[in-house]
Amino acid sequence: MKEIENISRRKFVKTLGKYSTVLILAVHLPSKVVFSKNKNTPDVFNPNLFVFLYPDGNCELVVTRSEMGQGVRTSLSSIIADEMDADWSYVKVIQAEGNPKYGNQNTDGSRSVRTLFMPLREIGASVREMLIEAAAIKWGIPVSSCIAEKHYVYQKGTSEKIFYGDLVEPASKITPPKKIRLKKPKDFNYIGKALKSVDVKEITNGTATFGLDIRLPGMQYAVIARPPVTYGSVIRYDKQESEKVKGVSDIFEIPRIKGPFGPLGGIAVVADTTWTAMEAIKKLKTDWKAGPNGTYDTDKFMETLTKRVLNSAKVVKQVGNTKQAFQGATKIIKSTFRLPHLAHVSMETPNTVAIVTKDTCTIWSPTQAPQRVRKDAAKYLGIPENNVTVHVTLLGGGFGRKSQVDFALEAVIISKKTGKPVQVVWTRENDIRHDYYHTISAQHLEASIDEKGNTTGWLHRLAFPSISSIFRPGTEYAAPWELASGATNLPFNIPNIQVENAKAEAFVRIGWLRSVCNIFQGFAINVFADELSYAAKYDPLEYRLKLIGPDRKINFGNQSFNLNTSRLKNVLKIAAKNIEWGRSLPKGYGMGLAVHYSFLSYVAAVVLVKVEQNKITVEEISMAVDCGQTINTDTIKAQMEGSAIFGMSLAFYGKISVKNGVVQQNNFNNFLLTRMPQSPKVNVQIVENHEAPTGIGEPGVPVIAPAIVNAIYAVTGKRYRSLPLSDHQLTF
Amino acid sequence: MISFYLNGKSQSISADPKMPILWILRDVLNFTGTKYGCGAGLCGACTVLLDGNPIRSCITPISFAEGKQITTVEGLEKENSDLLDNWQKENVPQCGFCQSGQLVTAAAFLQNNTNPGDDEIEIAMSGNICRCGTYSRIKKAIKETIKGRG
Repeated sequence: MKEIENISRRKFVKTLGKYSTVLILAVHLPSKVVFSKNKNTPDVFNPNLFVFLYPDGNCELVVTRSEMGQGVRTSLSSIIADEMDADWSYVKVIQAEGNPKYGNQNTDGSRSVRTLFMPLREIGASVREMLIEAAAIKWGIPVSSCIAEKHYVYQKGTSEKIFYGDLVEPASKITPPKKIRLKKPKDFNYIGKALKSVDVKEITNGTATFGLDIRLPGMQYAVIARPPVTYGSVIRYDKQESEKVKGVSDIFEIPRIKGPFGPLGGIAVVADTTWTAMEAIKKLKTDWKAGPNGTYDTDKFMETLTKRVLNSAKVVKQVGNTKQAFQGATKIIKSTFRLPHLAHVSMETPNTVAIVTKDTCTIWSPTQAPQRVRKDAAKYLGIPENNVTVHVTLLGGGFGRKSQVDFALEAVIISKKTGKPVQVVWTRENDIRHDYYHTISAQHLEASIDEKGNTTGWLHRLAFPSISSIFRPGTEYAAPWELASGATNLPFNIPNIQVENAKAEAFVRIGWLRSVCNIFQGFAINVFADELSYAAKYDPLEYRLKLIGPDRKINFGNQSFNLNTSRLKNVLKIAAKNIEWGRSLPKGYGMGLAVHYSFLSYVAAVVLVKVEQNKITVEEISMAVDCGQTINTDTIKAQMEGSAIFGMSLAFYGKISVKNGVVQQNNFNNFLLTRMPQSPKVNVQIVENHEAPTGIGEPGVPVIAPAIVNAIYAVTGKRYRSLPLSDHQLTF
Repeated sequence: MISFYLNGKSQSISADPKMPILWILRDVLNFTGTKYGCGAGLCGACTVLLDGNPIRSCITPISFAEGKQITTVEGLEKENSDLLDNWQKENVPQCGFCQSGQLVTAAAFLQNNTNPGDDEIEIAMSGNICRCGTYSRIKKAIKETIKGRG
């Protein structure tokens, strides 16, 4: 698929005048977008929306996606810099405002590099071609006699060179090339190498600006008391005591806005400092109406979901005849898996600054979805989108939570009311109690094994509230993409497969959490496959390779990409080899493995654990990842290391429980996370190839928990089919 | 009036003596390098040094700082430039939000421990949560700093 093409340049040049050197690019992203130029003066060469080159050589590159630790500001800018043969030391990254002119800016689904790799290469390459042409004209030689390298254009075979900065004016008169030549991978300077984060210095000296760090003259701080039960409401409130707190300026009710990303409503306290607002809100006396979600009890609901997956349900995939396979089996294995709701708990709680005037709105938000913020703010205020400016700050973690814009709209609502700049700050308690939670799930798997140890039939039945429920309240069944997180895209060579989906209502807001439905599907499939190995009397690694079967590319229906089983097996073999799978281990030690395909990437993990009575220590994790063409190898490594810790947190502790509609956890003392003493050695091997680049932020997560559970089984013979492990009286 | 030193400079402010140091720094003095993570002394994101000792600024009232030295991440450069360099060399941060607390904690630890073992580093750093999971790199940067200080 060619992702970018030049279109009707002449038409645009005509309309923009003599100095216009417009690069019009149509990018085939979900919505077709035309990239047009901004401005062009002799002081800057700005041939497209992404590149600003100045006479001193400084080069500003625009990044349109949000940075939340996944390294996107570095990786996306390095792609442009590489193709334009820029010297990295001249590059400064500019964070794009939320604006549809940039194409899709939603930073989610581990797809920033995946979707922008080719468009950004072409943008960089077109700039390089223009600079070369400008130099060639200056020298009066053919373009073919020139070559660009690290911020200079050279005359081939001589030491004659011109600095990029000296080409700003002449390049501004060059028309963009009709045909763009891309580099060969062997000529990449930055792509596929390890670059440090462009923000590392500011982060380590404390000057980096996260959403919570925005400070404006006259800015106030707001904290909100929201209904304890999802979609509950205020019956009455008494603000007398709160108003007495010195520094409090306003206390008022804000409405719930219906819709997938609407604020929950509640009572807002506006004050001169965050702490004042936090203190004042404690003195508020509010009667809440629970509403229909007031009976939600996760323990009871888990029982309901479990019952549902033990009975036949809606068939969503059928290959061969599972019933027949089960009838002719030597052995039938059955297991049921249960995973709880999870919260995102990014270290930076949700927050946003807004200034609303009569007909404009300016927002600073740590958001994964700046265009959604812009659109919803404009809609709420009843002003044109063009009057809303959304600045994207650094995100102190996102993990999917900051794709929702409820917290940004709260700031808009409050600033509109007060007429002053305001920063809405979520307390940690607010964050954990009013999240868009990872779903709760029950899964039942059954498989038949014949006398030779082959798995002949596979049944996977799932029940979990769908993310669709925030868009369409009342949704009871999963969306196809949710089921294709392992269940309906099972890469096993089994002749009879059936997948069924049982109904599950949503009683809290369900959202995307890093790797989403791959968490529970990857868990169940990897643990169950391990169980089958033992039932078939095979080594788990050998059996897993047998289950995946021969090399082949599988297309699961309406998808433009194939799952390549040889790449899947390869990462598993590498991860196993690097930790010496099969070696003899001291008593109390054991290994477990998992391999999963998600976000188009292939990731395997083999975990070495030590078990002493009830204490589990993860000693070492060996990971291997194949994400196609690498962009920043250090980022890939970091994302795998981080995924290991994220996966351990959900394996050990992660659980949001709800009673009478109220979330029972509220801070780090009861929603625990992995800390340094538990942090194992993580070894990551990256498979190098030139396949299309695929996701990296999320696909490392799903393999960790099942590999740990399988390793514990290898030591103890105990199989834990529900998480977190702390519910099984284990310590870490 | 409450008087103290912030990164070596004297400061005098009038504020509610109960207000935690964190919010004095962030909302009164606009020193935003120190972060809010939990407000309950559980995550370490707000760690600053009070007369050289690491404290949780989110639960420590400003009155405790009277006459004392507060050191924040913005003030680490002077005596811990090697630590910051190693942090950058290992490319430690991911989102970066917890890192100022991690750095301040590490700086205090290294001041009192010239040749710590892995276990000691882990225990010293156990009060600081990193949701992105940068622990192995933090440990490496600390160990490199120890090596460099010989």
